[in-house]
Amino acid sequence: MQRVEKSWLERADEDTPLSEQDFIEEVKGDEKIFVASYLQLMWWRFLKHKMALISAIIVILFYLVAIFAEFVAPYNPDNSFVQFKLAPPTQIHIVDTNGKLQRPFIYKTLRERDPETLRNNYVEDTETIYPIRFFVQGPEYEILGRWNATTHLFGVDAPRDEMGFFLLGADRLGRDLFSRVCYGARISLTIGLVAVVVSLVVGIVLGGVSGYYGGTIDNVIQRLIEFIRSIPEIPLIMALAAALPADLPVVQLYFGITIVLAFVGWTGLARVVRGRFLSMREEDFVMAARFAGSSEMRIILRHMMPSFLSHIIASLTLSIPGIILSETGLSFLGLGLRAPAISWGVLLQEAQNLRSVALAPWVLLPALAVILTVLAFNFLGDGIRDAADPYAK
Amino acid sequence: MTIYIIRRVLYMIPTLIAISILSFVIIQLPPGDFLTSYVAQLRQEGDIIDESQLESLRVRYGLGEPVYVQYGKWISGIFLRGDWGQSMDWQKPVKELIWERLGLTMIISLSSLLVSWFIAIPIGVYSATHQYSILDYTMTAFSFIGLGTPGFMLALIVLFVLQNQFGMNVGGLFSEEYINAPWNWAKVVDMLKHIWVPMAIVAVNGTAGNIRITRANLLDELNKPYVETARAKGVKESKLIWKYPVRVALNPFFSTVGWSLASLVSGVTLVAVVLSLQTTGPMLLRALTTQDMYLAGSFILLLSVLTVIGTLISDILLALVDPRIRLQ
Repeated sequence: MQRVEKSWLERADEDTPLSEQDFIEEVKGDEKIFVASYLQLMWWRFLKHKMALISAIIVILFYLVAIFAEFVAPYNPDNSFVQFKLAPPTQIHIVDTNGKLQRPFIYKTLRERDPETLRNNYVEDTETIYPIRFFVQGPEYEILGRWNATTHLFGVDAPRDEMGFFLLGADRLGRDLFSRVCYGARISLTIGLVAVVVSLVVGIVLGGVSGYYGGTIDNVIQRLIEFIRSIPEIPLIMALAAALPADLPVVQLYFGITIVLAFVGWTGLARVVRGRFLSMREEDFVMAARFAGSSEMRIILRHMMPSFLSHIIASLTLSIPGIILSETGLSFLGLGLRAPAISWGVLLQEAQNLRSVALAPWVLLPALAVILTVLAFNFLGDGIRDAADPYAK
Repeated sequence: MTIYIIRRVLYMIPTLIAISILSFVIIQLPPGDFLTSYVAQLRQEGDIIDESQLESLRVRYGLGEPVYVQYGKWISGIFLRGDWGQSMDWQKPVKELIWERLGLTMIISLSSLLVSWFIAIPIGVYSATHQYSILDYTMTAFSFIGLGTPGFMLALIVLFVLQNQFGMNVGGLFSEEYINAPWNWAKVVDMLKHIWVPMAIVAVNGTAGNIRITRANLLDELNKPYVETARAKGVKESKLIWKYPVRVALNPFFSTVGWSLASLVSGVTLVAVVLSLQTTGPMLLRALTTQDMYLAGSFILLLSVLTVIGTLISDILLALVDPRIRLQ
């Protein structure tokens, strides 16, 4: 179903009518195209897909944030600002009270307690101004687990107990949500990659065997795939994840969840690989290689692999968002990763309670990170798939 | 045709057996058997443990015997006596708990499927025939958002907006007074008042994908010679579109209905937890967290079996519609 679903995107650029100017340029460019290598052709084709390009930048940016979370996040994700529990996102101003334009700054936030409801209200104190600075000194951290540093990407020069800068607000315990989203990216973004790699290994082996040898093995593996696909995914994942002991350390839990996700995820990849193998088995160049006496392994690795590698990469990219969503869902339900681990799903657990959502709608903001990532991966995958076949019209 | 149906049904049997084994494995996954935890729970509550009762349970489920004997007793219990095991969390036989919830899950899944087709097909057709119009772009944008937003988040947001802006309480499937009431007309009416929210949320996710499929397939068909021929012969445009290319474009829809059913059941599960519906989702979650494994295993088994049966029905329908398939 997924394959059909995406197909109109592939057409996106071929639908665009060519103007005369474009056409002339295209003819001129032809010569360049004739001598270009496969990789070059792929790259040019990819550049034509604007959404994919933007998405690639977003994805890279997100991964950079995940790698350098300590640097990007202004605060430690576990440190709470006790006086700023459920504080709303800090307003950024560029015009001060005198109507003069300034560099972006924030006002000091004061807490007032509603005498009736005892709820905290946060108001701005327009007397005190904290300009937002880049590369400020803050809490010390280790970069890439090796070098100590204290510089953070942005922040305000304010004593910690007086003022915090909450780009996305603060959570129930007064922890900076933006910092937590940055750190959460680590688990949420890598679990997709790791699970996809595991699925890929299983998918390539079983899908390859299935497509290359055909016959009974093919039949058995196809039944197996159909069987796994016929089970509703979420209940199955829930059941498997629930079987992981609750007191596992974070790292083991992480790999446990990854394997659970991969267990369901490999079927899609296996189908793609099998389809490729089936169509390529009949190609003349495979026949030629066989007559020339190549071993089966050499035929697969040397002759077949290069022609479907790009398609595999495309399907990989397209299956990452599903896995990210599953992890988010699982952790949201409390069956996946649990605090103190930070993932976007764990952050969203806080939104499970309708009262806290009504009180502090910004606890829903981690969802935005999830949605952006999922969309970006979808577009990126579409772009790669377009580019994977640069000879297609 | 009969041969095709018989062959499909026979194909289904290994799948069903595999599903039952998987469900049984899930029941067995937590350490210890359910009786041990049951006894521990009773002891904690200070109840008196009736040894003879325990012994009869032990014999009935074959506890302490090899795994395959246990599996045999479990599956034959289901088939011969309709005995799905005991829910220790609810202190009730599983069969008393599951059917109503399973029914509601299926009602929501199927109606969402219909709703999403009902919305997606006209929009998809419009998008394809009016390519690059404003509405086409709007719908494309909408379908991307629908694709990227998981159902449970959508449910949270809808819940929040409805409650905050309109003061509506949309959680649950029934008003308080009907939750434990026996089924009657008033309860059905009450359910219809509540069911549209989860239905709409689950449908939106499916709709996004369905719009894309319809649009893509129809775009492929629209340039084919037979469309041109019909147009040249002077067939009215609306009749032409709906009668020929749309029919072809919708084929992959029906062939994937089995998988969409599986993903709908998945979607309903999460949405139901957020909206605390009286469907399988919340009960399954609770059963899993309290390790009430007979209940959980039964749910997995039944949800999967129903999906497989749904796929079978859709395959048969597809074969009825498209003679090429049954000849293969």
